Amino acid sequence: MNEGRIGRSMPAAKAGMAGACIALLRRDFVLAWRRRGELFLPLLYAVIVAALFPFALGPDPELLARIAGGVLLVIVVLAMLPALESMFRADLEDGTLEQWLLAPQPLALLALIRVIAHWLTTVLPLIVVMPLLGVLLNLPVKVLPVLIVALLLATPLLALLGSVLSALAAGARRSGILMALMLLPLAVPVVIFAAGAVAAAQSGMPYIAPLMWLAAALVLAIVLAPLACAAALRIAVES
Amino acid sequence: MSRSYLPHWMHWLGSPPNFYRFAGAWRPWLMAAALIAGAIGLYGGLVLAPPDYQQGDAYRIIFIHVPSAWMSLFIYATMAVAGLIALVWRVKLAEVIAMECAPTGAAFTFITLVTGSLWGKPMWGTWWTWDARLTSELVLLFLYLGVIGLYNAFEDRRRGARAASLLALVGIVNLPIVHYSVQWWNTLHQGTTVDFLDPARSSIAPSMLWPLLVMALATHLYFFASLLGRTRTGLLSLESGKQWVRALVDGQPERTTGAPT
Repeated sequence: MNEGRIGRSMPAAKAGMAGACIALLRRDFVLAWRRRGELFLPLLYAVIVAALFPFALGPDPELLARIAGGVLLVIVVLAMLPALESMFRADLEDGTLEQWLLAPQPLALLALIRVIAHWLTTVLPLIVVMPLLGVLLNLPVKVLPVLIVALLLATPLLALLGSVLSALAAGARRSGILMALMLLPLAVPVVIFAAGAVAAAQSGMPYIAPLMWLAAALVLAIVLAPLACAAALRIAVES
Repeated sequence: MSRSYLPHWMHWLGSPPNFYRFAGAWRPWLMAAALIAGAIGLYGGLVLAPPDYQQGDAYRIIFIHVPSAWMSLFIYATMAVAGLIALVWRVKLAEVIAMECAPTGAAFTFITLVTGSLWGKPMWGTWWTWDARLTSELVLLFLYLGVIGLYNAFEDRRRGARAASLLALVGIVNLPIVHYSVQWWNTLHQGTTVDFLDPARSSIAPSMLWPLLVMALATHLYFFASLLGRTRTGLLSLESGKQWVRALVDGQPERTTGAPT
């Protein structure tokens, strides 16, 4: 396995809190890079789903422009789901999570680092292609910056919520549709505020308030979600 | 570490065989009280209470709708508290109670949505609207279903119960949203008509209020009766290998363990 070699390559002197975080980030990046083909799958999924809408609804530019913001947000949520589900699965199976529990660093911190690595590797590329899909769906160009900001606030929030649910479902027998059943209710407010900001910007109204709500929720989630995630990981590891 | 701050009867009641017998003794009384209160409440609501000056007789669905909606929140809170106890103190009984809350809560949430929808068709002219109160109540139903689904996805039922309890705790953020949604977002669903903290602000006639409160009492009693029954069954299936269950099945008198002193 690659993990062992990467772990040994870290100098022993860097065993502190920051050292552990850097080591974990590096490990996740290397693992993601070794399977870089998989990173394109959510992108492909998002592009295909976005292309389905004009086929289903007809290529009327005005209709597409009206629904584009909401459609793109829902596509992002759905494209995030499969990757979120397997956030901790491999680590639970090969015993890495047990080492996390034994590590001197707090489990919540390690979980937060994992969420950051996950967001950077699987969600950030999705946000990068969103302007392209926006243009494809005839979203006005002046709305694109608001869409990007809304996504930059909403997707980390979803990843944090998803990390808790993923840790909860890690020990379960089957979790595919279960993850959707658990995440989508919690994603409703996030989608409402993000889509609200995009819709407000599109109709020329002030769009700062929903973005502020998202930012406030994100700050709360950064503090609370890793703690809940750590509790869920403990349940998943111990039997 | 001593736990002397808990009275002894709590430890006694926390043991599954003791709770099994306690629940069996209380359940018929609670269920009978629930049926009587339900009959009085329905008679008061459907027969004695006057018709509404605007809605006529259609308003009478609130005697089902509002108590169910209160129960959908109350049961979720009960489930979350039991789940917290299960997570922090690892009490087996609390795990069973938390998980047995979920189906009843989901049922009440479903009744709330269906009755609201039946009332909405003649009054609002639509079965469903994406109003804040309606949407948050629907999310509540999904949360219940998520808890039930997660619980059933585990081989080990105790681990499933703990995971689902944590999910219930995460989902508790939805409770204030459901409750305050009519104040925060001024959409189609009407505001609060019964205000327990400030009765002067209530905007419901006393002749309609008392059947509503009796119905609320009936649904609470029914919930506790059904919870006791469900918990008995849950304990039996969780502890099916244990001595006390075997003794129960064989029809032998059980040995009482640690009666309260």
